[in-house]
Amino acid sequence: MKFTLNIWRQAGPADKGRLVTYQAKDISPAMSFLEMLDVVNHELTLKGEEPVAFEYDCREGICGSCSLVIDGIPHGPDRGITACQLYMRRFTDGATITIEPWRAKAFPIIRDLVVDRSAFDRIMQAGGYISVNTGGAVDGNVFLIGKDQAETAMDAASCISCGACVAACKNASATLFVAAKVSHLALLPQGDPERTKRAKAMVAAMDREGFGSCSNQYECEAVCPKSISVRFIAKLNREFLHATIAEPGPFTEAPADPHDESH
Amino acid sequence: MITLDSKVPSGPLDSKWDRHRFSEKLVSPSNKQSIGIIVVGTGLAGASAASTLGQLGYHVECFCFQDSPRRAHSIAAQGGINAAKNYQDDGDSTERLFYDTIKGGDFRSREANVYRLAQVSTQIIDQCVALGVPFAREYGGQLANRSFGGVQVSRTFYCRGQTGQQLLLGAYSALCWQIERGQVRIHPRTEMLDLIVVDGHARGIVVRDLVTGEIRSHTAQAVVLATGGYSNIFYLSTNASGSNVTATYRAWKQGAAFANPCFTQIHPTAIPPSEAYQAKLTLMSESLRNDGRLWVPKQKGDVRPPDEIPEEERDYFLERRYPRFGNLAPRDLASRAVKHICDEGCGVGPGGYGVYLDLSDAIGKQGLEVIQERYGNLFDMYQRITGENAYQTPMRIYPAPHYTMGGLWVDYNLMSTIPGLFVIGEANFADHGANRLGASSLMQGLADGYFILPYTIGHYLATTKSSPIGPNHPDVRAVKERVNDRVGRLLRGRGRQTAASFHRTLGHLMWDLCGMARHEAGLKQALERIPALREEFWHDVAVLGSRETLNQELEYAGRVADFLEFAELLCHDALHREESCGAHFREEHQTALGEPVRDDAGFSHVAAWEYVPNSPPVLHKEPLLFEFVKPSTRTYQ
Repeated sequence: MKFTLNIWRQAGPADKGRLVTYQAKDISPAMSFLEMLDVVNHELTLKGEEPVAFEYDCREGICGSCSLVIDGIPHGPDRGITACQLYMRRFTDGATITIEPWRAKAFPIIRDLVVDRSAFDRIMQAGGYISVNTGGAVDGNVFLIGKDQAETAMDAASCISCGACVAACKNASATLFVAAKVSHLALLPQGDPERTKRAKAMVAAMDREGFGSCSNQYECEAVCPKSISVRFIAKLNREFLHATIAEPGPFTEAPADPHDESH
Repeated sequence: MITLDSKVPSGPLDSKWDRHRFSEKLVSPSNKQSIGIIVVGTGLAGASAASTLGQLGYHVECFCFQDSPRRAHSIAAQGGINAAKNYQDDGDSTERLFYDTIKGGDFRSREANVYRLAQVSTQIIDQCVALGVPFAREYGGQLANRSFGGVQVSRTFYCRGQTGQQLLLGAYSALCWQIERGQVRIHPRTEMLDLIVVDGHARGIVVRDLVTGEIRSHTAQAVVLATGGYSNIFYLSTNASGSNVTATYRAWKQGAAFANPCFTQIHPTAIPPSEAYQAKLTLMSESLRNDGRLWVPKQKGDVRPPDEIPEEERDYFLERRYPRFGNLAPRDLASRAVKHICDEGCGVGPGGYGVYLDLSDAIGKQGLEVIQERYGNLFDMYQRITGENAYQTPMRIYPAPHYTMGGLWVDYNLMSTIPGLFVIGEANFADHGANRLGASSLMQGLADGYFILPYTIGHYLATTKSSPIGPNHPDVRAVKERVNDRVGRLLRGRGRQTAASFHRTLGHLMWDLCGMARHEAGLKQALERIPALREEFWHDVAVLGSRETLNQELEYAGRVADFLEFAELLCHDALHREESCGAHFREEHQTALGEPVRDDAGFSHVAAWEYVPNSPPVLHKEPLLFEFVKPSTRTYQ
């Protein structure tokens, strides 16, 4: 098979960037989309041109490194997969394919198709955890968690932090990502003690990083490689409301009593 | 000169770890604040170690080459994690998990280490639940288990087919908390390129910032390597593209012994390679062997489609060779049987690299719906990759390099032969012997990181006086210089071949001559061809781009260069081990029926190799003494 590729090239964050056309020849239908790019890069290198930088690692759809917008759609035309799980037999021989990076203010471009997604890590650091120390955990069966509840938590937890939801959103909102993370822990009894604090901290971190707001277009769900439902966004909204209205803070301000043990 | 002292405590097996922990010295809480520790790698072992060390009050500098610590390759583990909880009341116990692991490893691991692993396994599950890992549950709310990897009890905990991701997200979230608290500083997109050793102690690392290209040194009181395995030496493997041997290999060149490098595990059920540019082998869950039957046409070179081959012209070779275990024979035996039958010319699919994994009997007996519910996602994945519908025509599978039991030698405290250099997870050699059981790698990574290293490193820090060293210390500057030179040398590459093509050539060579079955002549041939290939690499590799930007070709070429050196060490080890044990099969040492012959009199030892500049590596042996179990012969016929 052969293809005409329009690939985004950008030497660095300061560079303006542009689409450059390449020809991909002798492509086997059994190649993955990334292997097709490997072939292009191989030929560029032999010609003395710098290869296209793009992100990959596990190449089996779980590490979340892939970040290609293929013909305008994050991860390409098929639902429920990452770009590395896309195979060339999916395309028509001779087709023109446009390949761009994730585009969002909070994901600055590092080079070509590689973007900086550390904003996601900072959102996680703001509260995406249960603060328990190592050691001294109670037996795992002390928490009884019904199968349905465990499965729903698992649905949310299957997020691979790829950022396709942000790339697909016209507002570059990270709401589905934050919703998945908040819901995963809010659905489990272990996550309950820090539930309100977590929802507030993660939403605040999302705003701080420069992601946009959610306007219910559901583009995020459509491109999510793990098919995470927008119903988790509703769950996030409930968690956030609960955190800000129902439990705005402690009943008493910091006591000045010198016998208070926390001092 | 290296001396191997395993530091295994004496006395009864079941109280070794407790007594050892009590005899270890502690670091006082106020002193911890002034101690820095470097952790390289953020998979299960690295992330759990870094977060726990941070929680204890140490200052941790944590490094990964990925853009986020959450992407380390532990993420891809599918099956599950073992623990001797005995929730199913089916006869499991610490002793049984210990025995299964040491027997599965074909009696080439240390009793004390394996026993400790089985002991802490139960704590791991509790810790993960506390962190919010959404393990599968029964309707009544209790944790669910499945049977895995050919053992007779159900002790495997799982999160659908993505147990690795969920356990890693648990460890990563703990790490996030410590980053937020300021106890851990994370350095993503930063690759360790060398180890700094000062006065015989590991004191730091030299790294390259993969975005700016800056070469930097970081110093600390101790260094922990959690950098995974080296299956990518075979080019095609189930590992992530970035997985590499550089960190452990560089440490070897600085004096850390490398143990049992020839113990490399080949997984039997991956989707076969189909074209030359293929970059990766995708694993199909081993659970398919519970319901599937493996077969090839009896007649060599039979090109008929599988549905036109009548029953009597099919060879169900695993059922024929291992009537008792049939299609559930252990990984190493199943892999070798597949390769053997393909080498005989009976393989199917492109190049004859494949055998059928046929579920049609199970579909007939149990109904399509049951099979669809159980394996539907695997059938979908298979169709996506191969374009074939496996409900209509049987799947094809072929073995793939998957895990490396070998690694840097460590003592009972997980410290290498360089004082202050600790090695955890797949990067060390410790617990799996010559073969790893399914669902045991996640267990070992978390055992090392959460529960073992944080204790043992304390004793080293409490008993070692170290003076501060800065970036201008002559030893630090020398290592930085060495790394700079090497990066410069790689960037001068203006040849006619890419790093990938050298990697592919090396991979083929290793697969053919030092893969699933090895023999003396082949290994000697490999030892002759590898230096020539390495020389060609340095003459003819093309590495474009600059030093000061993100340069993936430069990163990759550096890793391939290290594989090209490390390959020799692997072959030396395979050549020395004149026996067949676990995943290591020497064709000279087999029965008339093709079963492996282990030699306990000659090879019941850990082979730990020392680097000597400009000469072959030097072998040191750590004898394996079995005080509590009696090595038996694994028979599955």
